[in-house]
Amino acid sequence: MASRSILETIYNTGPGRAVARRAGLSDPPRLKRGRTLIGPVVLAELDGGGIGASVLAELGISAEEALRDLPELRTKDEKGREAPPSYPTRPGSLVVDATGLRSIEQLEQLRQVLRPAMKSLERSGRIVLLATDASAVDGLEAHAVAQGIDGINRTVGKELRGGSTSNLVFVREGTTAADLASTVDFLLEGRSAFVSGQSWRVGPRKEGDATGTDYDRSCPFKGRIVVVTGSARGIGAAISRTFARDGATVVAVDIPAAGESLAEVANEVGGSALQLDITIPEAGNRIAAHVARVHGADAKIWAIVHNAGITRDKMLANMDEKRWAQVLDVNLAAEIRMNEILLDTSLPGGLAENSRIIGIASTSGVAGNKGQTNYAASKAGVMGLVWAESEALEHRPVTVNAVAPGFIETEMTGAIPFVSREIFRRTNSLGQGGQPVDVAETIAWLANPASGGVTGQVVRVCGQNLVGA
Amino acid sequence: METRNAVVVGGNRTPFTKAGGKYAAASAQDLLTAAIDGLVARFGLAGAELGEVAAGAVLKHTRDFNLTRESVLGSALSPHTPACDLAQACGTGLEAVIYVSNKIRLGQVDTGIAGGADTASDAPIVITEKLRRALLRANTARNLPDRLKAFLAVRPADLVPVPPAVNEARTGLSMGESQAITTKEWDVTREAQDELALASHQNLARAWDSGFFDDLVTPYLGVTRDTILRSDTTLEKLARLRPVFGKGEGASMTAGNSTALSDGAAVVLVAEEETARANGWPALARIVDSQVAATDYVTGKEGLLMGGARAIPALLERNSMTLDDFDFIEIHEAFAATVLATIKGLEANGTGTVDRSKLNVNGSSLAAGHPFAATGGRIVASLAKMLADKGPGSKGLISICAAGGQAVTAIMEGC
Repeated sequence: MASRSILETIYNTGPGRAVARRAGLSDPPRLKRGRTLIGPVVLAELDGGGIGASVLAELGISAEEALRDLPELRTKDEKGREAPPSYPTRPGSLVVDATGLRSIEQLEQLRQVLRPAMKSLERSGRIVLLATDASAVDGLEAHAVAQGIDGINRTVGKELRGGSTSNLVFVREGTTAADLASTVDFLLEGRSAFVSGQSWRVGPRKEGDATGTDYDRSCPFKGRIVVVTGSARGIGAAISRTFARDGATVVAVDIPAAGESLAEVANEVGGSALQLDITIPEAGNRIAAHVARVHGADAKIWAIVHNAGITRDKMLANMDEKRWAQVLDVNLAAEIRMNEILLDTSLPGGLAENSRIIGIASTSGVAGNKGQTNYAASKAGVMGLVWAESEALEHRPVTVNAVAPGFIETEMTGAIPFVSREIFRRTNSLGQGGQPVDVAETIAWLANPASGGVTGQVVRVCGQNLVGA
Repeated sequence: METRNAVVVGGNRTPFTKAGGKYAAASAQDLLTAAIDGLVARFGLAGAELGEVAAGAVLKHTRDFNLTRESVLGSALSPHTPACDLAQACGTGLEAVIYVSNKIRLGQVDTGIAGGADTASDAPIVITEKLRRALLRANTARNLPDRLKAFLAVRPADLVPVPPAVNEARTGLSMGESQAITTKEWDVTREAQDELALASHQNLARAWDSGFFDDLVTPYLGVTRDTILRSDTTLEKLARLRPVFGKGEGASMTAGNSTALSDGAAVVLVAEEETARANGWPALARIVDSQVAATDYVTGKEGLLMGGARAIPALLERNSMTLDDFDFIEIHEAFAATVLATIKGLEANGTGTVDRSKLNVNGSSLAAGHPFAATGGRIVASLAKMLADKGPGSKGLISICAAGGQAVTAIMEGC
């Protein structure tokens, strides 16, 4: 960690915190994390819905019916003001099945079910909206309504308090409850703690994308090999630990110079370590050779997480070709090269026929960031790659997705001067920085054998950061 | 009886540093644990129970009486993995490999780790013999006056701690002084020594630059490369150094062509060949045979570090081989002159000529450093990788000289 400034030291004392609280810098809510269901769950099935109930049934979650803010159900508070009907016990999560909504008039139903929940959710509560993707609706109004629901989602995310989140899943045509289950499971658990105000698309799984008979929802990667680059520290180490917790055999990759901490991570998670500069042309072959050598000649990679990344920040006015090229090579070009090699199904130790590729984008790629033209280029490039490669692999049961982390508490962000850091970490709907595990959990959801319906998506893990939202 | 082969699966070492450098605060146990953990990580062995781990250290504290077992307990291996400490001076690492290989070939274990660690920075410092005796007497004395009397013979000079010396007990000469005698006897020139030293640095630097060590070394305490390595050294620079061993005219051994005191650890993973293949591990090279020999150096008839010239002919004869049959020859560079005198000795006793283009092709101890017990593991792991790259049937020879006039030698064959 970077040395602390005097201001930061004072800020972190008892009196310092008291003054800060008076000045409006309250302590952010503590987020519930991990594999815990944020319950109890209530379900609002709006007109024409149905898949929401099927998904909850698939997950074995029983849900009460959500309350609706209808005039006749309102009560008066002590001051005589009209209040929406209130829940007898605070719900943890509200699932709103809005997949049947096509008209502007029907949006009123969303207001009805959301209003009673806004102030009654448990700490770290969840609002999960399901809507039909614009590609699966007809008519101008229906298209407008689909997008309108995202406006509601993003605003709800901003209005919720106590670490609660709101997210929207657009459901494509032909999607089954089984296709949607891993995503709703992720959203209803502590795993999605720092994902809020986001929307993405889920569709039907491709042919050949199957979870298999031995699939265990609580240990989804059992018997599967997951390669994580840049795993010696920070977010990469957290990704390795999260996959290992969920049963994966982790191949931890990092540059030779980081070998000591890499070995520690690999041994901690019971995986194996590969010291490798991913920018060499044969990096993909080296990874495959390691997998075949250490984990058996028949072993194949289930998922690769392209987490390795560097920054070489300079304002463009001072940017030389070296900083420019290094960042683009490590963060983007290496990933393209490795994918190409590993996707060859005849390569021993390469990606399995049915597998997952996950990249790391960044809010800097979404919105741009001063001093980071090279980095923003590489990270926006990762997004472009995800969109293009998922389409290129349309006929193979391989999904390609990325996460875009916002402000995450790492050694890297710890080096940002205190005041800027405090501003960055607070300028999101959850009022705090995310933890490396939040990024890891999101990646693990994308890599889940049951997440075959999620491809070509870039999901922000940013607590609904103001930047680029 | 079925034939069982012992194969080297892979290796790992810390980068080696000059004594008193970055590892100054690390103990031999710390270093050995780090080397084992790096190997465990490379092959995904966390929690695994291996047949045995054998290793040792030359400069050993009494507290390290169970060095290897303690290192295993501190590592990510299963606590059920047994361990054994071995010692054969600078031959320790290679002897440990031979020990584990023999157990594998006898069917007593299927897998094992062998190697060693040494730190010249944390060498055991002891009290003088006079003070030790006084303390013993004081301890057995029955009353205070007797106790005080015990210390009467102790002089202030006896209170000064005794640092370790790498002197031969029977000749009182240091390694360098002993080698200086041999160097003169065999007429090894300063130029030849400096050339060998230069080649060692150039070869090791090339190996590092080409990524040869990416799967052989795990950084430790922030050190990512061998710190003794001087990739920019030249014959001119080496020629400018003053001789440090030997006296007067003709003294030719300098700090440039002698190994520096160093810290580090190296281990290799050895397995029964079928077990290795069943685990999907690479079988890099077989440990074919080994031979230890000892010279009569006390009488001065032979050189202290000339054991290789005795061991190699015996080893070759038993295996019906000649020096020309080898693709790689690794002769530990205790001093450049040791290697050169050993080569001359092999020529003189009719064993044959060492093809210099096959000698220490990825550098050796002059450039890498020589943490005594770690050198065997370093050489075995590197040679195994070279043989695997060369292909099945390729052959490698190792010779490591050791204190007491001994040398440990071995033949390896690419799988």
